[in-house]
Amino acid sequence: MQLHVSTGDGVPIYWQIANQVKYLVASGRLAPGDEIPPIRVLAHQLLVNPNTVARAYLELEREGVVHKRHGSGTYISDTGSPLARKERLKILSERVDALLAEARHLHVEPLELLRLIKERSQSIQPKEDK
Amino acid sequence: MNTSAAPHAVETAGLCRKFGSKLALNQVSLQVRRGRVFGLVGANGAGKTTLIKHLLGRLKAQSGSVRVFGFDPVADPVAVLSRIGYLSENRDLPGWMRVDELLRYTAAFYPKWDPAYAEELRRQFGLEPRAKIKTLSRGENAKAGLLIALAYRPELLLLDEPSSGLDPVVRRDILEAIIRTVADEGRTVLFSSHLLEEVERVADDMAMMFNGRVVLAGPVDEVKENHHRLVLRFDSPQSSAPKVPGVLSLTGGGQEWTAICNGKRDEAVAAAARAGGRVVAEGSPSLDEIFVAWAGAKSE
Repeated sequence: MQLHVSTGDGVPIYWQIANQVKYLVASGRLAPGDEIPPIRVLAHQLLVNPNTVARAYLELEREGVVHKRHGSGTYISDTGSPLARKERLKILSERVDALLAEARHLHVEPLELLRLIKERSQSIQPKEDK
Repeated sequence: MNTSAAPHAVETAGLCRKFGSKLALNQVSLQVRRGRVFGLVGANGAGKTTLIKHLLGRLKAQSGSVRVFGFDPVADPVAVLSRIGYLSENRDLPGWMRVDELLRYTAAFYPKWDPAYAEELRRQFGLEPRAKIKTLSRGENAKAGLLIALAYRPELLLLDEPSSGLDPVVRRDILEAIIRTVADEGRTVLFSSHLLEEVERVADDMAMMFNGRVVLAGPVDEVKENHHRLVLRFDSPQSSAPKVPGVLSLTGGGQEWTAICNGKRDEAVAAAARAGGRVVAEGSPSLDEIFVAWAGAKSE
């Protein structure tokens, strides 16, 4: 699992870690049942405080993206996010607004943007089970 | 006497220190919790090193108190120094010694010295046992200093500007050592730095010092969450920074200005509105931006 954290912008590091794990799940690079690295290992790899990684994992666990198994490790869950649909859409709306603003600024029409979203969506589609 | 029940690794209360007429520490009250990484940030001359010297008992509190694991460093230096692994800003190692001699020499002072760990660190840091200290590069010198601070597994690792003037590879070794220290046995780290990026990465808690005073202290995440960046737009170009009470700093020019505020976001927005500015964008500032905002606010 390759993650990257940056400290230049205001996004908290635990947030960056949680988001990237979600992205890896969404793009199929992490599949249900996959184990993610122990807190210490990831902290060492990313050179961040272990408590920060612990907070990211806790966040992911709370959102149902991962679950802990007793005495072993942390695994990707096979259920989708248990967040209420309304809640999920609200999170996405903020991102969409930012995207629309950027597109408008770059003179890209919403329809063209939509096409691009479809295109990208196909390229990150999780691979079907072999 | 061997075990300490003090809840904090470090605690100062109302600590003051004057050098001549200059107030080097002004009512410094800080708590460093056990098992946490604490980052002390501030410009050169803000008082960070002076504070650290008080923790080591090298300076005596003129007023206020200093406790390290509940002990007074001046009254009980053995109890304090046996618990601290210290890397000084100048890494004052004896230049005539060889690396292996330095290790043997230092080991003699510490009953808890772990020779296997010392050897592991020596290899990891790539230090030749027969190399003379004075022939070491700046980075190797820092690593030698770090090695002897770590190898007796101190309860508190105290690092004064550990990465100052070092290349990214050595800085990485130092950050790894900090992370390992807390991750392995829940020990405590206090380090001073002017590299906000490092503080953001590895510190749980932080304090910001200006002119001998702690202006801001708390968990790093909270500090970040409490500060806001507001981009304000004014109807007409402003020839000088508009007066917006309650914001730390206001930079920019013409019609658009960026304000950094600490908490009280709504009050800042209202104050900006009264000054004729409306918020056109907002976000979370980085620690760097927060630091610069405070530095500006404190120099006025």
